[in-house]
Amino acid sequence: MAAKRNTKSSAAKDAGKGAGKDELLKYYRDMLMMRRFEEKAGQLYGMGLIAGFCHLYIGQEAVVTGIQAALDEGDQVITGYRDHAHMLACGMDPNGVMAELTGREGGYSRGKGGSMHMFSREKQFYGGHGIVGAQVSLGTGLAFADAYKENKKVAVTYFGDGAANQGQVYESFNMAKLWDLPVIYVIENNQYAMGTAVKRASSETHLHKRGASFGIPGEEVDGMDVEAVKRAAEKAVKHAREGKGPYILEMKTYRYRGHSMSDPAKYRTREEVDDIRSHHDPIDLIKKRLIEGKHASEEELKEIDKEVKKIVADAAQFAKDSPEPDPSELYTDVLVEA
Amino acid sequence: MAKMNMIQSLNSALDVMMERDPDVVSFGEDAGYFGGVFRVTANLQKKYGLDRSFDAPINEAAIVAMAIGMAAKGLKPVAEIQFADYIFPGLDQIVSELSRIRYRTAGQFTVPAVIRTPCGGGIRGGQTHSMSPEAFFTHIPGVQVVMPSNPYDAKGLLIAAIESPDPVIFFEPKRLYNGPFEGHSGGALASWGNHPKGEVPEGHYSLPIGKAEVVREGKDVTIVAYGTLVLVAQAAAERAGIDAEVIDLKTLAPYDIETIARSVKKTGRCIVSQEAPRTSGFAAELAAQIQEECFYALEAPIQRVTGWDTPYPHAHEWSYFPGPERFINAMNAVLEA
Repeated sequence: MAAKRNTKSSAAKDAGKGAGKDELLKYYRDMLMMRRFEEKAGQLYGMGLIAGFCHLYIGQEAVVTGIQAALDEGDQVITGYRDHAHMLACGMDPNGVMAELTGREGGYSRGKGGSMHMFSREKQFYGGHGIVGAQVSLGTGLAFADAYKENKKVAVTYFGDGAANQGQVYESFNMAKLWDLPVIYVIENNQYAMGTAVKRASSETHLHKRGASFGIPGEEVDGMDVEAVKRAAEKAVKHAREGKGPYILEMKTYRYRGHSMSDPAKYRTREEVDDIRSHHDPIDLIKKRLIEGKHASEEELKEIDKEVKKIVADAAQFAKDSPEPDPSELYTDVLVEA
Repeated sequence: MAKMNMIQSLNSALDVMMERDPDVVSFGEDAGYFGGVFRVTANLQKKYGLDRSFDAPINEAAIVAMAIGMAAKGLKPVAEIQFADYIFPGLDQIVSELSRIRYRTAGQFTVPAVIRTPCGGGIRGGQTHSMSPEAFFTHIPGVQVVMPSNPYDAKGLLIAAIESPDPVIFFEPKRLYNGPFEGHSGGALASWGNHPKGEVPEGHYSLPIGKAEVVREGKDVTIVAYGTLVLVAQAAAERAGIDAEVIDLKTLAPYDIETIARSVKKTGRCIVSQEAPRTSGFAAELAAQIQEECFYALEAPIQRVTGWDTPYPHAHEWSYFPGPERFINAMNAVLEA
């Protein structure tokens, strides 16, 4: 999916008004793909085909979809461990992502990485990182390379509300502004750092203000509305691409599932989750706009769901059929081969 | 006595110490309200309140640093680093501050802090949730390094760590949290309920830091192990029918060379083991020290059973993990030499 990115011209055309039919349909399809993909991953996990850790993004799909819509070919993306949807958004092959989840030869890291550690040079996706906040400094380094090469690319660096308290985030902010690096810090504030609510761990809970002392502009965005995300992302990307330095976008979002597969989610109420699911679901929102704008019928949307489900089913089959990596793979890629 | 798994026995140690000593506090990422990823700190906040059992932001450097300041001022903090793989942002604080306060102040200040952290593989955590980084910390003069292998020892050693006037890095092999493990990936999870070391006193007791234990007596070869590999080594000796003596080191710094040397001088053969990668691991230190102490008693070169020099793999976890086969091969190698 996402093989065709939105070009700047189509973005310019839509500026200042709601998205057109094609754009809305693409958002719908991309977000649905992420959701169906992860629902399937959850099933495979339950069947024991995916082992270890598996952090689902379900509920947060509008964030990565809207951000990606504002990027150009060659822009870099880096994120933390809740990374499946980011890879799909970048245009990575669902087969390869699912096969990495099952630890197979056909996976993006040939089974060496697992859920949290996948990469694609082709799509300029730099992972997938299991240490909370560690990727923020790496993404800043990517942006440094862009600035050094004067290539007009930007580095989107995603992290969560939990990672926002890591010290190295602030070390990174300082350097990014000091050198006006083209980095967009996207804080995916899903309101719980695993089981800890933002207010229980953060003295300043408006995370977009966290760049103030470094002179980095920041804004809060409705992360459940893909169009709002895209509008904000375009502004931030323009700022960074023009050499004005870093930008912080705080996405107010929500994850429906537990932190990982073993999380009983006792730290929030069922009512809270149900309310968001029923009233603020990012896919339902776009569906409503498509229907009310007479851009698509229920039938057409059902057809998209069917197509998406087929791609996901194929990915699951690929991930089951792909062979276990050869035992010799254990020793490779540690250092350059002699 | 009660039946406890290692999670419950560690929780019991914290409970006992927080009950006895108001200076003991427990904190970490999700360690308060949520009770920790592995539930080691469950219910402590409910029982002792927010001031004594609390959540920290995801800030390993600052978590370690806070514990140092609190301890220097007289508290007995028990900080949890959620996975041992996450400890490295705090390494500077451990190396430069935690370990050196006593020395630098000529004994005016000490740091009676405990840093607890789950370590080791066996749960398919991949490269950032499986490490056994203990060797790094045995290389820092001024910190003690402990790694128990069962619920009974875990409680006694954690209490000793909290009572110690000097800092302790306390590694908890997470594969052993819920049950003993003999190194085979398949099959049902075993239970501590049927294991003699799953019998744990409910009250206060402590085990000496720096003291090893012979957990299986034998006369043909000595196997030195700690953490998960203690159980794997015992199972391997049983399976191979080899009269091996297995030593559970329990403390890595300072380690009990007397118990090891006594055994090696008796058996004349020795295997040292660790789950961590091979090169520059703690087993290398043991091998060096054992040859210094026991060279003329050795009948064969000391063998190492270790992980490989690779990151902890996801798909090939069981190829990496030093299981019973590798122990049996090593035993055969030293016995045939």
